[in-house]
Amino acid sequence: MAERLLTFSIFRYNPATPEIAPRMQEFQLDETPNMTLFIALNRLREEQDPSLMFDFVCRAAVCGSCGMLINGRPGLACKTLTQDLPDRITLMPLPVFKLVGDLSVDTGVWFRQLNENLEAWIHTDKEFDPKSPEERMDNALAQEIYEAERCIECGSCIAACATANMRADFVGAAGLNRIARFLIDPRDERSPQQVFEVVGTDEGVFGCIGLMACDDICPMEIPLQQQLALVRRKMAWAGLKGK
Amino acid sequence: MKWSEAHLTDVLVIGAGLAGERVAIEAASRGHTVTILSLVPPRRSHSTAAQGGMQASLGNVAMGYGDNPDIHFEDTVKGSDWGCDQEVARLFVELAPVAVRQMAQWGVPWSRVVPGKRTLPDGVEVEELPEKAGLIAQRQFGGTAKWRTCFASDGTGHVLQYAMDSVVVKLGITVHDRSEAIALIHDGKECYGAVVVSLRTGELRPYLAKATVIATGGYGRMYGVSTNAVINEGTGMAIALDTGVVPLGNMEAVQFHPTGIVPAGILVTEGCRGDGGYLLDKNLHRFMPDYEPVKKEVASRDVVSRWMVHHMRKGFGVDSPYGPHLWLDLRHLGEAHICTNLREVYTICANFLGINCVHELIPVRPTQHYSMGGVRTNIHGEVVGLSRLYAAGEAACWDLHGFNRLGGNSLAETIVAGMVVGERVAEFVKEAPLTFPFSLVEDHLAAQAARIEALRRRASGSEDVYVLRKKMEETLLEHVGIFRTGEGLQQAVATLQELYQRSQDLRLRSSGLGPNPELFAALRLPGMLRLALCIAQGALLRTESRGSHYREDYPQRDDVNWLKRTLATWPPGASMPVIDYEPVKITELPPGDRGYGTMPIK
Repeated sequence: MAERLLTFSIFRYNPATPEIAPRMQEFQLDETPNMTLFIALNRLREEQDPSLMFDFVCRAAVCGSCGMLINGRPGLACKTLTQDLPDRITLMPLPVFKLVGDLSVDTGVWFRQLNENLEAWIHTDKEFDPKSPEERMDNALAQEIYEAERCIECGSCIAACATANMRADFVGAAGLNRIARFLIDPRDERSPQQVFEVVGTDEGVFGCIGLMACDDICPMEIPLQQQLALVRRKMAWAGLKGK
Repeated sequence: MKWSEAHLTDVLVIGAGLAGERVAIEAASRGHTVTILSLVPPRRSHSTAAQGGMQASLGNVAMGYGDNPDIHFEDTVKGSDWGCDQEVARLFVELAPVAVRQMAQWGVPWSRVVPGKRTLPDGVEVEELPEKAGLIAQRQFGGTAKWRTCFASDGTGHVLQYAMDSVVVKLGITVHDRSEAIALIHDGKECYGAVVVSLRTGELRPYLAKATVIATGGYGRMYGVSTNAVINEGTGMAIALDTGVVPLGNMEAVQFHPTGIVPAGILVTEGCRGDGGYLLDKNLHRFMPDYEPVKKEVASRDVVSRWMVHHMRKGFGVDSPYGPHLWLDLRHLGEAHICTNLREVYTICANFLGINCVHELIPVRPTQHYSMGGVRTNIHGEVVGLSRLYAAGEAACWDLHGFNRLGGNSLAETIVAGMVVGERVAEFVKEAPLTFPFSLVEDHLAAQAARIEALRRRASGSEDVYVLRKKMEETLLEHVGIFRTGEGLQQAVATLQELYQRSQDLRLRSSGLGPNPELFAALRLPGMLRLALCIAQGALLRTESRGSHYREDYPQRDDVNWLKRTLATWPPGASMPVIDYEPVKITELPPGDRGYGTMPIK
């Protein structure tokens, strides 16, 4: 691989120094084999500007911390190889979420709020009996629940969503996928009508305007379009029956 | 600091991984107010990265029939090389099945038993019985006599953390993420909470609690190459050590996982070998049966890692720009299996190596993975030396793992310990008063404020935090790794001592204002170096080989002199830890042969 000199144009803003306006700052870095944005950003911090703010945790694309706009497209920085990008790389924080500083945004509080609103936990009246064996479940169903549960709440689908960018209360693809996960889980004893109360609204399943950027960019490749269809189908039916 | 800004709570849990959240749930569901502090949102904790599974002796699958807590106990003690506390191990194996089943009720989509016959990669035919259909499935992990590791496809840690956090959300437990406890508030006898810096603003705030729980995980990132998340910097262990009265147990017991990918160090799960994957050398020869004819690739992690390095030293490693490595071969497992039960491995290979592991070999070598040592507690999680302080999970050393942890025992430990310690904490705070010595809180807060102020002022100092840190990482990796010698360890201690002195003289290059990463790194570094010295000094003094601690100059386990636990404390103002020892409790299984890993290596 021919060695390239990469130019990074990075959004900078530190809320602790509001007198310095938000701006784009350029950095240059020589590319090394298999360089990811995790490696590149850490090198920039250690070698050029130790105040540069960004978030990584697992650096293995399983924790969802490092969502950012990479040349305009939401994605996980840790698994983005610089070799797949042009010489000039623009990095911006994800929109929709509150800015912490530079490339760091507050996805944690946003998703906590979402999960509270959706009551995204197993609703059951069953007491846990430590002496009983587990309830049985068909492996195919377990796999199906697992597929939806794979969402890592990175916020890419929210940042890419036109509705979420326009209305703060829209639950987005991540929220609808979360609901789909509980709808198919027999351990959750909520009826579809009860779920309809939560998401059968414009902030919920009927807010989506069908642009489907979420489905295109999900780093976990969760079939969000399918999940949305499932929730809509169930909610439409619950809505009709509820009348 | 204004007193109105102090945060009061019954229970303060530092760390929102599986152990911390499980403690919080236990205390909250018994009616106490709980606040969880976390460096990151809980669902980004390192617990989520555990791919493989959770051991519990359910005996649901054909290769696990007849399993019970006794066999799990024996595997765990042998795995620990008799370094573990056997009362803790007994408690743990009895509760692990309960923990797995409770997590099922909370929503974990465990993989389930599918009845029918199938042929394993080594040609053995097994039949899953129809009466077990739909029960929780189990896979093989290293060092176990039975298939015991419960799993959810390829993302066990992820689904456990999400289910656990869903209960935290349900119970409305307060979580303050992007918060770091940088000092415990204590008077040498009791702990009253912590001084906390906001990683959102850089501001300090005292958190005051009847009981404080350290559940901050390990310190893997002190090593230059680690499978750990970047947040695993031993922060909780460091603030416990800083009290001067709390001992850290067995810090020299550091686990190296056989299969970190090269060069990124990202883990590919033990499930790869448990499910039948092979380790190959540069001649594509499967070498593990030469060393371990019975256990082959699924001996315990310390043993497999050692044989791998040994084999590379003999010249059988594959050369690469990043040094020698070996191959992990999954090709014979087939696409269907790889793309479901090992999908995360498939994805990691695609993302970070650009290879398709269905058809290609994976470059691997042993990589720092886990810290068996930690904040010394008793069987209830009560920290030795300081009351009102508790610890659980990887950060703690109640001592389930001794000198080597079995794969699948860490996830299980986080949850079991969370249950046990959480119950104890809840009982304690029921009776405890919420009172605090005013001046003590102020003093601790002022001391931390002064540290931050000095760093921000940049009036003195000359050392760069990242330069010192890199040197520490290299030193540990080079001299305090899989093979250790007295000479190398002496050198490590000397280097780390020098680095520790230099870390008292840091100077920031940036302003340190706001959520400034250089400031936070500078606040952590001295504590990390103290931990590093505990590890290196403990390893230097332990003149035997046990589990993951292998001394080339003392290759035998020495039960006469070393059947004991190392305790490291750091007196205020000292430049080195004080190392002490206590006996290891043997209640059921006297020291014997592990049945694998015969040393010394010829």
